[in-house]
Amino acid sequence: MTAVATELPVQRERVAARIGRIALKAPVNLLLMVVGLLWLVPTIGLFITSILPASISEQTGWWKIFSKPSIATWSNYDALFHNSGLISALKTTAYIAVGNTVLVVVIGAMAGYALAWLEFPGRDWVLIAVIGLLVVPLQMALIPMFSLYDKVGLFDTVLGIILFHVAFGLPFAVFLLRNFFVGIPKDILESARIDGASEFWIFIRLMLPLGLPAIASLAIFQFLWTWNDLIVALTFGQNTTPITVWIFGQLREFGTSIDVIAPASFISLIVPLAVFFAFQRYFVQGLLAGSVK
Amino acid sequence: MQGAGITAEPPIAAAPPPSNDPGLASRYLVGALFLAPALFLLGVWMVYPAAYTIVRSLFGQSGFGDFVALDNYKTLFTQANLTTAIKNNAIWVAVVPALVTALGLIFAVLTERIRWSVAFKTAVFLPMAISAFATGVTWRIMYQQDPTQGAVNALGRTVADAVKAPGVLPSAFPSTPQLVSKGGNLVLKTPLQAGSIAHLGVTGIAPTDVPKSAVQAVDPKPQPGSIVGVVWRDFKPGGGVAGKVEKQELGLPGVTIDLRSSDGKIVGKTTSDANGDFVFKNVGSGTFKSEIGAQTFRKPWGGFAWLGSKLITPSLLIAYIWIWAGFAMVVIGAGLAAMPRDVLEAARTDGATELQVFRRVTVPLLAPVLSVVFVTMIINVLKVFDLIVSLAPESTQNDANVIALAMWRTSFGGENNFGVGSAIAVFLFVLVIPVLALNIRRFKTEAK
Repeated sequence: MTAVATELPVQRERVAARIGRIALKAPVNLLLMVVGLLWLVPTIGLFITSILPASISEQTGWWKIFSKPSIATWSNYDALFHNSGLISALKTTAYIAVGNTVLVVVIGAMAGYALAWLEFPGRDWVLIAVIGLLVVPLQMALIPMFSLYDKVGLFDTVLGIILFHVAFGLPFAVFLLRNFFVGIPKDILESARIDGASEFWIFIRLMLPLGLPAIASLAIFQFLWTWNDLIVALTFGQNTTPITVWIFGQLREFGTSIDVIAPASFISLIVPLAVFFAFQRYFVQGLLAGSVK
Repeated sequence: MQGAGITAEPPIAAAPPPSNDPGLASRYLVGALFLAPALFLLGVWMVYPAAYTIVRSLFGQSGFGDFVALDNYKTLFTQANLTTAIKNNAIWVAVVPALVTALGLIFAVLTERIRWSVAFKTAVFLPMAISAFATGVTWRIMYQQDPTQGAVNALGRTVADAVKAPGVLPSAFPSTPQLVSKGGNLVLKTPLQAGSIAHLGVTGIAPTDVPKSAVQAVDPKPQPGSIVGVVWRDFKPGGGVAGKVEKQELGLPGVTIDLRSSDGKIVGKTTSDANGDFVFKNVGSGTFKSEIGAQTFRKPWGGFAWLGSKLITPSLLIAYIWIWAGFAMVVIGAGLAAMPRDVLEAARTDGATELQVFRRVTVPLLAPVLSVVFVTMIINVLKVFDLIVSLAPESTQNDANVIALAMWRTSFGGENNFGVGSAIAVFLFVLVIPVLALNIRRFKTEAK
């Protein structure tokens, strides 16, 4: 009995403390809920706009759907999936994004491995040059490559756009992978070398599998970067139009083409969103590797 | 999103000691082979063009035959649309990195206190995956000026209307010349006295704008000693006779009616019934005038022109911060997670308030991470392009201009001036050189 009697006030205090803590936390919870909602509203607004007929979007805001859900329609999407321009734009986007990602990963990993574990004179200088190139704005290359592409027939080709992306993706790729490979225990490499493994075998069989986390981060970044690109394709393409450039061509009649622009924009961001949700962990890792320890 | 721009600080292992085995040359060769594709691409697509652009910036529009020395740079700093671009970019650099870092810090600290932090972080981080181009389209929909179409102004109107309610008949105008506008009020010219009837017919009201409670208007019977009247929608399908209350014409309820004595003083105030009728009882002797009060016609708030020339840059800044706050939050959050907890606990045990802990312990300990986010954002902001192209209507792109956009428009947007375009690109490059030097210095000190 005495034990219960002495325990009770403590219990009560705990409850009081808990209520106090929740009360203290309530404003924070509320504030973050409002902020979180505010952050979601624009994307939700784009999606709802994309399922409204133009006649509705021209007259009223997308939130009208909450009072009158019957105005929603899939006809915008229907029309778009029968639009050969959009379909070929999506294909072009996929070619560019996948092609670039594969090339950056392969070439970047090779260079990263060389800079981490192979010996040759001037290695550190190459690394310093790569770090220097990290922040060079791509505007520095637009004009010369425009002229050069014209001469060598790379203008308005998927390959030309891919190669430009690969080059500007490489400094980050080499840097990221080199740093990752350097952290791989030396013993593993040395024993493989003593066993007579070729550098090529070590690269394929050891480095790539061990470097998978970093490679995944890099691949996601490169994929999103090229999927979302506008400026490179706009400069080096004419009929080679990825989705961003295709929508860009419609922007002049923003008000009247909103039933094309909104669903096309939403389609363009479904793939990045899916990639983001599927590989969120790697995405964040890549971000951190690129900025902090 | 491309390479966050700042070099990481990975564990930099010492280079393997040089060995003296006979296969040295072949091992050099292997290294060269592994490096060759990257060096080829970097050389042809980055190093050669950079050099070319620097040289090209010294020549005029027509090409390498036309040496102009630094004239292109002079143009860059004097031509109106280019100086606007530099000024705007200065605003971007002054506002965005600071705000993004501050927001990221606040979000990162606050999310540590909630149970649903993953959901919150996902919501705020989501825009990072979306293209800046699609973000522009998204926000352009949000920014439409008409408050019935643009969500931002719709929110503004809700607030504005709560502060100062709009009139019930913002679009109405008189149906007969007897009613004249005076200081915003609609005054009936005919003088009134006890026993008179005031006919206040208005029109120009869309069927959807007629108050919901409205019923068929009724022409009131005169009452001795009082002034009666009706305010109604003096219009029926097919027209009707102006100034006459007819079938199918609705009374307008809730309208404010003033009664003024002959010296202009307001002596009575009333509002109309569902059938539009109103009455001023026991008005006494003398002549009066009646009017529909100005507040009846007060227009609802029309919204800010977010996409207009004055507000376009602030609008863009908001959308840009919306994209990048999640980046800052995640990076700073990781720094926070790596922070020694016992230091924070010690400060709390010593009686420091949460605010003191935040200011004196958390922020100083996070300073390196904060500076990385800040510098990364400076680089990002200098390159902003896609967002402006898709968010700003063409008519305001001159007002929204920034360096990267000016570079593209000058070079490829019709003007096709590769000389000035190259000069703008070089200028952009010069702006990031401090960061480039910082990165290399950092790497060298760490390698030691």
